[in-house]
Amino acid sequence: MKVHEMGGIRAESDSSHAEPGSVPYVPVFAGAVKQELDALLPRYPQKAAALLPALWIVQRERGWVSDEAMTEVAQLLALTPAYVKGVVTFYTMYHQHPVGKYFIQVCTTSPCGACGAEKVVEAFLRHTRCGELGITSQDGRYTVIEVECLGACGFATPVMVNEEFIESVTPEKVPQLLSQLP
Amino acid sequence: MGYPQQSHPKETPVLSQYFGDAAARSLFVWKQRGGYAALEKALGMAPAEIVAEVKESGLRGRGGAGFPTGMKWSFMKPGDGKPHYLCVNADESEPGTFKDREIMRWTPHALIEGSAIASYAIGAETCYIYIRGEFTEPLRVMEAAVKEAYAAGIVGPNAMGTGKRIDVYVHKGAGAYICGEETALMNSLEGKRGNPRIKPPFPAVAGVFGKPTTINNVETLAAVPHVLNKGPAWYKAMSHSNPKSTGTKLFSVCGNIAKPGNYEVEMGFPFKDFLFDLCGGPLPGRRFKAIVPGGSSVPIQTVEEAEATLMDYEGFVAQGSMLGSGGVIVFDDAQCIVKHIARFARFYAHESCAQCTQCREGTAWCTRILERIERGHGTMEDLDTLLELSENMTGTTICVLSDSCAAPIVSGIQKFRAEFEAHITGKRCPLGATAAA
Ligand SMILES: Cc1cc2nc3c(=O)[nH]c(=O)nc-3n(C[C@H](O)[C@H](O)[C@H](O)COP(=O)(O)O)c2cc1C
Ligand code: SF4
Ligand code: FES
Repeated sequence: MKVHEMGGIRAESDSSHAEPGSVPYVPVFAGAVKQELDALLPRYPQKAAALLPALWIVQRERGWVSDEAMTEVAQLLALTPAYVKGVVTFYTMYHQHPVGKYFIQVCTTSPCGACGAEKVVEAFLRHTRCGELGITSQDGRYTVIEVECLGACGFATPVMVNEEFIESVTPEKVPQLLSQLP
Repeated sequence: MGYPQQSHPKETPVLSQYFGDAAARSLFVWKQRGGYAALEKALGMAPAEIVAEVKESGLRGRGGAGFPTGMKWSFMKPGDGKPHYLCVNADESEPGTFKDREIMRWTPHALIEGSAIASYAIGAETCYIYIRGEFTEPLRVMEAAVKEAYAAGIVGPNAMGTGKRIDVYVHKGAGAYICGEETALMNSLEGKRGNPRIKPPFPAVAGVFGKPTTINNVETLAAVPHVLNKGPAWYKAMSHSNPKSTGTKLFSVCGNIAKPGNYEVEMGFPFKDFLFDLCGGPLPGRRFKAIVPGGSSVPIQTVEEAEATLMDYEGFVAQGSMLGSGGVIVFDDAQCIVKHIARFARFYAHESCAQCTQCREGTAWCTRILERIERGHGTMEDLDTLLELSENMTGTTICVLSDSCAAPIVSGIQKFRAEFEAHITGKRCPLGATAAA
């Protein structure tokens, strides 16, 4: 099994991955961010339904979803931390560890595979110097993973770089694509 | 218009008319083009009249199962004193399928209008559009369009000034194919793990938040305003083969083909003309080898079967497959069928929610055996084992993800057995991709 399939991304090089408790936890939901969550609650007849949106806010603010953040979200939505962790681990898009500044997802499901997606993955691993899937590059810039169908199979190979969705990526386009990232 | 391709004269662009035209995203332009006329009309009708028109049109669910839409709506009992909900299934994750994405990217108001009409027809004051998390652009476009629709009073507490409440909310998924299954989607919306539920109870009795719920696919709902504007007879007339299949259907085409993209044709269109005229046929110097016509969950077709198919719900079944989601995946003679079926199995193993033993274990075993065969380490008994496993995985689980994993395996072994055997006897992939160590 590959590292990224074991429930997370290993990121030894990331210094923000501190030991729990060694730095005081700063809550995510304060001020405007708390108001943002509060504004979502009336959309649903049950508070727990705001869990996925709340976790998305955590990831946007912190880049990943830590155990402390899960506990904070649990308290806000009257859930247990174990319940929240159960939900976080079910979905593939929440990072349970810090990832590179650019999180690169390449579709390798059969339709894209038939159009050369494996070569695109190889090109990313080489040009980012990540070397291996799920391992963040030494400089902390990149993490590359393979993902299942991104729902853009006619534009092989689709790649996501953070929130940006890029269509029709070929191995030849990879160096330029990377050099355009700030 | 089959974005990114130019419209082909044999297409019938109803849903896809404005694909590729960013102006259609704005409410102002959309209204100039007749947008929200159907909603206005609908809000002046009785809900039962709308349901009757949709029934009469013959519209069937475009999410995969093809269930008659009007009948589904009629299961929602008016005046039961409970809140009703509409869920819009925009989780589109079935390999080969990318049509809902284009509907949302280019014509967000078509989906909002269809959803608002459906909400009113089923007595729902709240509609959740559940969009897969990876669809960052459709999410942005839909959010902006919903905001515009609220600002213009089209939806909200006083929809189009009629005093009726129709709230529309976009809800972002977080990466899980299984959340496209209707009850898994409802669990996910409730903030739970996306495990499918045992049925009954069916969603119309106890759906999201335990309340009566209708769930429809994006394409199904986008067709509804057209049915109301032009009438059920017009819709029903778009049917070339079987009267049970009506209207237009968007097909997403991908894999080894000259012009991948979305194409919209009337039900019953000849698949041969579709593949060769509209989609440009195989890549230069290549021949088609196998076609998966309805997303990765349907049986594989041989080229002969595909060429004899009329593209509707019954037509695909008559030629050994299913219409499914309309995601056409084409493999040519340079591709190893065993490799791709193994990769499909890996997809299902990865996406299984793991509640059912047959699915959790079956998808994993099938993947291991198929990958072993592909590497040249398989035995003839492995083929029997795969067929036996597939049988145990079919019709035995909470949802049909397990059956979906089995479909390409069984049809693949039936229709391309020689290719499996060549891997086993030759101890390597005959296409030379992976020689056995
Ligand atoms: C494993 C699985 C995945 C599914 N994924 C989707 C999907 O992504 N989008 C969709 O509309 N329907 C999907 N469906 C079908 C839905 O369960 C449901 O039938 C559909 O949304 C109903 O809408 P319709 O009647 O308008 O087709 C899936 C079903 C299964 C079993
Ligand atoms: S069949 Fe598979 S995906 Fe469906 S409920 Fe069972 S384990 Fe989950
Ligand atoms: S298979 Fe790659 S986007 Fe669908």
